[in-house]
Amino acid sequence: MDPVALALANALVGNPAEDAALEITVIGPELLFEEDALVAVCGAEFQGGFPRNRPVMVPAGGRYNVGRAVRGARAYLAIAGGFDIARVLGSRSTYLPGAFGGFKGRSLRHGDVLPVNPQSAALSRERFKRLKRTRERTVPWSAPPHTLPDREPIVVHVLEGQHHADFEPAMQRMFLDTVWRIAPDSNRMGFRLAGPAVTRAAVDEILSGPTCLGTVQVPPSGAPIALMADHQTTGGYPKIAEIASADVPRLAQLAPGGQVHFAKCTLEMAAELRHHTKEQLQAALRGISWEYGS
Amino acid sequence: MARTIRLMGVVPLGDLAAYVEFSRTLDLEVNALVQRLAVAVQARGAPFIRDVVPALGGLALHFDPEFEGNCVAVAAELVELCLKEGISTSADVLRTVQVPVCYEPEFALDLQEISQKTGLSREEIIERHSTGGYRVLMMGFAPGHAYMGGLDPRLAVPRRATPRAVVPAGSIAIANEQTVVYPYSISGGWNVIGRTPLTVFDTERQEPSLFASGDRVRFKPIDRAEFMKLAAKR
Repeated sequence: MDPVALALANALVGNPAEDAALEITVIGPELLFEEDALVAVCGAEFQGGFPRNRPVMVPAGGRYNVGRAVRGARAYLAIAGGFDIARVLGSRSTYLPGAFGGFKGRSLRHGDVLPVNPQSAALSRERFKRLKRTRERTVPWSAPPHTLPDREPIVVHVLEGQHHADFEPAMQRMFLDTVWRIAPDSNRMGFRLAGPAVTRAAVDEILSGPTCLGTVQVPPSGAPIALMADHQTTGGYPKIAEIASADVPRLAQLAPGGQVHFAKCTLEMAAELRHHTKEQLQAALRGISWEYGS
Repeated sequence: MARTIRLMGVVPLGDLAAYVEFSRTLDLEVNALVQRLAVAVQARGAPFIRDVVPALGGLALHFDPEFEGNCVAVAAELVELCLKEGISTSADVLRTVQVPVCYEPEFALDLQEISQKTGLSREEIIERHSTGGYRVLMMGFAPGHAYMGGLDPRLAVPRRATPRAVVPAGSIAIANEQTVVYPYSISGGWNVIGRTPLTVFDTERQEPSLFASGDRVRFKPIDRAEFMKLAAKR
């Protein structure tokens, strides 16, 4: 859901970007580390008081009670060497609706023992030693959090969707003027947006067409749905807007009840935002890599 | 003489995907072109194209997040190049997927209602559904979920007013002039007329999905005993 935080967490423990990490949503687990582990937690801020956005050496037997999210909705916990998760259809992520991928195709439960790279403990110690600056079990610096909301409503840029013109100008304006709330029945497939009903003048059925990450579709109920990471590839509801790809990770950090406001942008602006976000992330990754002496 | 199918336009699906549109209504000839064009675009192997998704009246080109530039302009250029080189119109070499279906009442949750709506008897509905030749027009909604065209127009009934919270996996359902097979137990509003014992989507298989866009599909009626036998083999 928040690939920026995931990329940072992996980089902070010296992993390649595609290694599996834990996605922790709103309420976190209590974790027991059976072996030494170099760990990084990025993204949302949780109660647990674990140092965020930096590599932390957790000794064997260490416990971490994540608690509840206090800012943002999703944190990513990476461990040196990565979780030992096989790729399914080219990905290590869990697809809950189809019950495949990730750890047994499901959310984690109390008592689960998560497989890590067999070299993880050795890699953890070795990588921690490689860090140029350390203080006790962590470092005296942190990577900047890129995707957490400073205040709400957050502003998310949108392009006109394929069926934007099917909505009357008053509805188009209302869509942009409303401060939407993330409804409780939102998930990795889509965020339902609570607010006034968005209706369409024409009620003719729309030929099902492709959807993508960030498509905002409007079902007959009038409550828009922003499609997120586990979205379907095609859909039959009219598409009023498309979220700029650079803003999707920030939207992903809203918990149910979180507020979002949409601002219109052009394709050129969205491409510019994407470029800027990428440069920011790359600068952060270069900084981390420098701390590892490489 | 072959009909000329025109490109209606290329619109952004955000800044990392573009929709190449040919038709806003269901047109089987357009759909066939879309399928072939999707194969042609995929075959060009452009490094920044992450996925090509053929839909009913057009196709989506999904770009790699690393891509720099204007996705609409690049998609339009790529598609025009493929169209200029010519999309093979020779008879496609297509697979035919045979799907055993049990139409017994315990699986055919809406058969009674369809019978009332269409004035056809249960036997006539089964006969018409199972003798039809179908074609996968689009994959979507959920992994392995195929939308198939070719339903007998006499069986065309609208979607149910209230979707079911759970449609059992393998359910065969119809709505308007299409038929679908539900790959998982998911919610859905189509009229259920039977069930297949086959596993529609399985990531452990070499080919996870039973169906692919463009496949021809035939339904073969089976009785309950046969259903149980095939289901046990899964």
